Amino acid sequence: MNEMAKLTVSSSPHIRAAHTTQSIMRDVIIALVPAMIVAVVMFGLSALAVIVVSVVACVFFEWGYRKLMHKDSTISDGSAVVTGVLMACCLPANVPLWIPVVGAFFAIVLVKQLYGGIGKNFLNPALAARAFLFSWPVIMTTWVAPNFTYGADVVTSATPMSFLHMGQLPEGISIMGTFLGTIGGSLGEISSAALILGGIYLVVRKVISVRIPLSYLLTVAVITFIFPRGGNDNLTWMLYNLFSGGLMLGAIFMATDYTTSPINPVGQIVYGIGCGLLTVFIRYFGSYVEGVSYAILIMNVCVWMIDMAFRPRRFGVSKEDEKKAKAQKKEAAAK
Amino acid sequence: MSFKFYGGVHPKDMKAPANKAAVTVMTPPPQVVIPMSLHIGAPCQPTVAVGDEVKVGQKIGDSPAAVSAPIHASISGKVIAIEPRLHSNGTMVNSVVIENDGLYTPSETMVPATEEQLNDPEAIVKIIREAGIVGMGGATFPTAFKISSGKGQIDTVIINGAECEPYITSDHRTMLEHPDEVLGGISLIMKACGVPKATFAIEENKADAIAVLREHNPADSGIEILQLPCRYPQGAEKQLILTVTGREVPPGGLPAAVGCAVFNTFTAYSVYRAAHEGRPAIERVVTVTGSAIAEPKNLLVPVGTPVSYVIEQAGGFKKPPKKVLMGGPMMGNALYDLSVSVTKGTNALTCFCEDEDRTVENPHCIRCGKCSSVCPMRLEPNFLYAYERKTDYEGMEKFHIMDCIECGACTYICPAKLFLTHSCRTGKAKMQAKMAADKARAEAEKAKAEAAKEEKK
Repeated sequence: MNEMAKLTVSSSPHIRAAHTTQSIMRDVIIALVPAMIVAVVMFGLSALAVIVVSVVACVFFEWGYRKLMHKDSTISDGSAVVTGVLMACCLPANVPLWIPVVGAFFAIVLVKQLYGGIGKNFLNPALAARAFLFSWPVIMTTWVAPNFTYGADVVTSATPMSFLHMGQLPEGISIMGTFLGTIGGSLGEISSAALILGGIYLVVRKVISVRIPLSYLLTVAVITFIFPRGGNDNLTWMLYNLFSGGLMLGAIFMATDYTTSPINPVGQIVYGIGCGLLTVFIRYFGSYVEGVSYAILIMNVCVWMIDMAFRPRRFGVSKEDEKKAKAQKKEAAAK
Repeated sequence: MSFKFYGGVHPKDMKAPANKAAVTVMTPPPQVVIPMSLHIGAPCQPTVAVGDEVKVGQKIGDSPAAVSAPIHASISGKVIAIEPRLHSNGTMVNSVVIENDGLYTPSETMVPATEEQLNDPEAIVKIIREAGIVGMGGATFPTAFKISSGKGQIDTVIINGAECEPYITSDHRTMLEHPDEVLGGISLIMKACGVPKATFAIEENKADAIAVLREHNPADSGIEILQLPCRYPQGAEKQLILTVTGREVPPGGLPAAVGCAVFNTFTAYSVYRAAHEGRPAIERVVTVTGSAIAEPKNLLVPVGTPVSYVIEQAGGFKKPPKKVLMGGPMMGNALYDLSVSVTKGTNALTCFCEDEDRTVENPHCIRCGKCSSVCPMRLEPNFLYAYERKTDYEGMEKFHIMDCIECGACTYICPAKLFLTHSCRTGKAKMQAKMAADKARAEAEKAKAEAAKEEKK
C-alpha cells in the first residue's frame, strides 16, 4: 500500500519534449552572440556597457514588478534577458546609460507586465521601448563611427540609412561593408553577416521557422529591386537596402518574436509580407530614415486579426464545404 | 502510395528492449477480477452467480444492447464474488471475481467454426460478436457492431499496425510471431465486411515484421502491406485513414462516413483465434516496460489479471515507480491503485520511475505556436487552452474543441509545459455538459409552451 500511495496521477501524455521556454531563450541569446561580438569589436566597451545595463535593468524590473504584485517570479525563463539584449541591439553604442534603464522600465513594466507578462504583450517590448526612447531624438540618432574605418575616435557618423533616405547610395561604404558591419548604426544591427549566422542557428535549432524572416526580406528585396530610388542600379540599390539599417535584426529577431507574431503558417507569411511592405513604405516616404521598427510594431497590432483570418482548414471539411457553410451563414444573417 | 497527415511529433520510440522479447505465456494469477464493462457501450449483466463453477472461455456476462460485447471467463474455477470493484478508468464497475482452480478446464463452447461458417459473412460477424471481440488497440469499440453498422458503406478495410506510441510492442510481437494468424484474421474481417481488399499499415520501425508478413502474405489475399514513416499519431484512426486513402473523416463522423473501417492488429489476431479455435477474447499481449521495470517483456495475460500481478511477472519494479500507466506514455491512463484488472484494451503497462513529464509550476504560454504546428487535427490548442480556462463556450466551439482526438502531441511539444491536452479534455466535458443542459432546457420550454397551448384550448 505504501508503494501505491506514492504513485503520481496526471492527465496524459506522460512524456514531454526536452526543450523548454528557458532553452529557447538561451538559443536566442546564443544566436545574438555573433552580433554582440561585432558590436564590441566595432564600438568598443561602451557597447558592452549598454548591453549589460540593458539586460540587468530588464531583469531587475521583471523581478521587481512580479515581487511587488505578489506574482510568481518569471526571471528564470530568460525572456527578460532576451528583451534586454534585443533592446540594447537597437540603441546607438554611445547612449548615456540611463537610456537603457528608462527603456527597460518601459519595455518590461509598461509593455510586457501590465498586459500579464510573458506571452501576453501585444507589442514587441524591445521595439516599443526603442520607439519610446525616440522621445530623445538627438541621443537616439547620434551614431558613433565604428573602429577600423575612420580610426577609433568617437565622431558622429552618417549611417548608410541617411544616404538611402535621400535616394543616394552610401558614400564611401561598400556593399561588403554593410554586409560585414563596418558601418555606423545601432550597436546590434550593423553586421548582417553576424545576424544571418544567428538566424541560421535559430532555424537549425527549430526555434523559428524561415517563414517570417524570408517573406519579410523577400518582400523588401523585390520592391527595392523593382523600384530603386534616385535612378540607381536595381541590384546595388536592393543590396544596400537589405544590408543596411535594422532590417536583418528586425526580420530575424524582432518580427519572429513568438508572442507578437501569428501562430499559423499562412498568417506568418502574410505578416512577413506586411512588415516588408511597411518597411519600404516608411523608408521611401516617411520622415524617419528607418522604418523597420515601426513596420513591425504596426504589424504586431494586426496579429490577432491575421490569426483569425488565416486559420487552418478544419479537418474533414474541404474548402468548398467551408465556402458553402459561409454562404449559408450569410444568408441566415440576411434573413 | 500513401498520403500525409498534418503535424505530428517524433518522440523517441523506446521500443527496445521489449521488441526483442518474445511473448511469454504468463502463469495465471490465483484470482481474476473481470469487470462487466470491457468495451465502449452498454455494460454486460453477469450470467453466472456466486458459487458457480466456470470454465475457460465460458460466457459470464452479456447484454442485449447492439453496442456491446459479451465477456468470458479467462480461467476456470469458482465465482467467489460479484460486486463493484475499482476499474482502471477510475470508477467502480460491477465485476465477477473468479478463484483459479489451477485446472484451466476448457469450456465446451470453444469449438472451431465450420468451413461453411467461415464462408458466410453473417456467420463471421456472429462469431466475432459471440467471442466478445472489441477494438484491441485500446478504444474497445465492439468489432461486430463496427462491421454490421458499416455494411454497405465500407469500401476500404484498414488494419492498424502502426503502433505509433512509444514503448508499446505488443502488436509488433504478435505480427512477428503469428503472421499467418494475423493475415488469416484480416481475410475473415474482409469477408465479413464484404470488401475484397485491405491495407495493413505498419510503421517502418517494425521492418522485421513487415518482411515476415510480406513473406507469409499469399499473392491472392488482397492484403496490401503498407510501410509508413514513423510519426505520432500515425495510428490514430482519422490520421491512418487519411494516410492510407487521402480521405478525411468529417467532424463528428465515423470512419464509415468515408467508407473506411479500421481494425487493430490484435483484433485481427483475436478474430482468427475465435474462428479457427473457438477461443473468445479472454487474453491479450501486454507490453510491460518503462524505466521502473526490471525485465521489460511482452506477456500473454488473461483478462482480469491484477496489474500488480502482471508487473511481478516482469521481475517487478527495479526502482520505486513514480507513475504506472495503463497503455503507452502518450495516451495511457495513470493508475493510482495497482489492484485494477487488465482489460481487453490493455496493450501495455508503462512504468516510470523518473519525472518524464517535466512538469513545471505556473506554466506560461509563450505563444510559440508549436502546438498548432503539430496538431494532427489542425486545431489551435493554445487558444483552446485560454478559452477553456475562461469556460468560454463560444470560443471553444469556434475553435472546434470537439474535434480534439486527445493524442497528446500538443502537450508533448509545448516548451512552456502547459497541460494543453488536459484542457481540451475538460473543455470537451464542459461542452458536452452544456449541450445536454441546453437540450434539457429546450425540451422543458417546449413542454411548457405546449401545456400553455392546451390550457388555452
